[in-house]
Amino acid sequence: MSAEAGRLKRFGFRRGGTTERGRSERRLGWMLCAPAVIAMLLVTAYPIGYAIVLSLQDLDLRFPEEGGFVGLSNYGAVLSSELWWQDLFNTAFVTVISVAIELALGMAIALVMFRAIFGRGVIRTAVLIPYGIVTVVAAFSWFFAFSPDTGFVNHLPLIAEDKAWFGDRFSSFAVIIMAEVWKTTPFMALLLLAGLTTIDAGLYEAAKVDGANAVQRFFRITLPLMKPAILVALLFRTLDAFRVFDTIFIMTRGAQDTESVSILGFNQLISRLNLGLGSAVSVMIFFCVLIIAFLFVRGFGVRMAEGRPGGS
Amino acid sequence: MRRAVTRASLAFGAALCALTLMVGCGGSDDEGGTTELNWFVQIQPGGSFQEVAKRCGEESDGSYEINFELLPTDASQAREQLVRRLGAEDSTIDILGMDVVWTAEFANAGWLKEWPGDREREVTKDVFDTVIETARFEDKLYGAPFNSNTQLLWYRTDEIEEPPTTWDEMIDEAEKIGPDGGLIQVQANQYEGFTAWFNALLESAGGQMLSDPETVDLPEEPTDEALEVMGRLGNSPVAAPDIDTSNEDTARLGFEAGDSAFMVNYTFAYASAGENAPDVLKNMGFAPYPRVVESEPSRPPLGGFNLGVSNYSDNPDLAFEAAACLAGPESQLTATELDGLPPSNETLYSDKAVKTAYPGFARLVQRSIADAGPRPQTAAYQDVSLAIQRSLHPPSKIDPDDVTPIFDELLSNLEDAVKREGLL
Repeated sequence: MSAEAGRLKRFGFRRGGTTERGRSERRLGWMLCAPAVIAMLLVTAYPIGYAIVLSLQDLDLRFPEEGGFVGLSNYGAVLSSELWWQDLFNTAFVTVISVAIELALGMAIALVMFRAIFGRGVIRTAVLIPYGIVTVVAAFSWFFAFSPDTGFVNHLPLIAEDKAWFGDRFSSFAVIIMAEVWKTTPFMALLLLAGLTTIDAGLYEAAKVDGANAVQRFFRITLPLMKPAILVALLFRTLDAFRVFDTIFIMTRGAQDTESVSILGFNQLISRLNLGLGSAVSVMIFFCVLIIAFLFVRGFGVRMAEGRPGGS
Repeated sequence: MRRAVTRASLAFGAALCALTLMVGCGGSDDEGGTTELNWFVQIQPGGSFQEVAKRCGEESDGSYEINFELLPTDASQAREQLVRRLGAEDSTIDILGMDVVWTAEFANAGWLKEWPGDREREVTKDVFDTVIETARFEDKLYGAPFNSNTQLLWYRTDEIEEPPTTWDEMIDEAEKIGPDGGLIQVQANQYEGFTAWFNALLESAGGQMLSDPETVDLPEEPTDEALEVMGRLGNSPVAAPDIDTSNEDTARLGFEAGDSAFMVNYTFAYASAGENAPDVLKNMGFAPYPRVVESEPSRPPLGGFNLGVSNYSDNPDLAFEAAACLAGPESQLTATELDGLPPSNETLYSDKAVKTAYPGFARLVQRSIADAGPRPQTAAYQDVSLAIQRSLHPPSKIDPDDVTPIFDELLSNLEDAVKREGLL
């Protein structure tokens, strides 16, 4: 069977037609998700379409008499700007580093939560607390903690009293990434925990009988079977991390070359009131997000739903 | 099913009622003949704005009442909230408290009503010329000057005998003391205050950013002088350790901590030191904002609020009447008394309230406002300001011995900015 046919089969299609049951299930499926699809179209498709229309215009709120349709020139301005590529790099940097740390930490926390015998509920709730805190509040907490005048961090041993954390690029990024990791690792852990619970305990028993040690069991059983859960968790977090705004906005407002693409969009839209350019930036961010999602789905073969009829 | 539908429509109806009630709360109240006007302005800790709003409402003999809508103290955040409402043509706003650099932008966007001729004379009488300049755009008045603000040089009398006249002298003296006690506090985070600092240096050197709202001036010699000062301080051991993230507050806190010899800051710094650091206050001297070149007088930064009337206001006539009262001399004195804000009317500087608020330096504040170098009035001001910040921040990247590369970058960024081209 070719790869294409294999993929079709996974999604419930069969070469030469679908079974009667498959077809009626699919119809039911569409009917069940229709309200959600319609609601999504109303609340997301309209603004996205509107942003695309704005991005093709020279539209500046401060100059209401000027402007008009300008085609793709706003996109030209974005793509030819050094700032866009610099900010894209910054965003990718924060995304890759923070998601990598979150994955490692999240996995450890998921394993602890899974194995915990006493007080499972309490542990799971406690782990989730940072995720429940509003990002802006979390960002302020970290910001104040690291401020030389109000913070406690500079009073810790081995740290210079007058260290200005947000005064240079490297240390600013370090604090931003720490805050991001602290805030969203619980989300990662929760998704991974869900993956862990789907693994059949019998497999571990069998491996133990065959003499596999804990490390082997983790790498040979846990990881391969968790691959779908890990990829879904990575996809969600990467898409989320790529749009990072609050933390950077609170801590540096983009100074010291820590600006993300979302802040760049904000500057064009809200500071400059240049709706054309700002929308072009927003649409470009949207495309980046689409590309990331596409890479995950195609490149790593992430499947969002398992065990559908006709699936493997 | 049927019950569910009924319940849903009931809930919807209730929501509608709630909405109508909420709308009913705002706007005018015809019954008593008293109109409610909404004043959007940045909050002041001393409560002077509430005080003047109350007084003007009472003096109107029941024709209007002023509701207070507080905006964040941070100017950029306050502006963001205002432009989002104005962009949506929100009629809730009647009177706006505008930072001195917003006039051109708001006026060009069509968000402000021009002040009518008879009221114009009333609200500009006796006001500093430099301040009136910030309230005008294309020869029309869009703001009534309320309070003004300016920066002085604050220094430690126990460390320094004679205050320096120029930035170079100041850095020399500070370096003689060293970073332990000789720090210089400025505002150099990547924000509007940084633009204000650069503009003051440039104007003091005899230059200006724009010759008209759409033309870059930036004469080379004065600009180089200004850049050299920034670069020299940015790379000096006596720059505050947090210079790249410094603002009015960190500067004040740094000075109050006692290890600084100099600070440029607004007038609030004096009262603040009185509250937080009485020991520092005892030795706190004041002098005119430092010059950039020996032969040219300094042109300190200019701050303050002008009051505008929204184009979307339902009661513009009353709003003008109220704004004229809010910005009047009596209100200015209340702002001085309770919040230490300098009046925009020149004759008020001989008033007792001003002399009490600025013991010994009321005349200095007056002279500084009269000599101030306002930031350029252009509808693309945000673009200009972002371009300055992008090109020059952090100041430590400016090499004081060779400012040519930075000058070229600044010039090209500024030219893009006035044309509103490219990303900023």
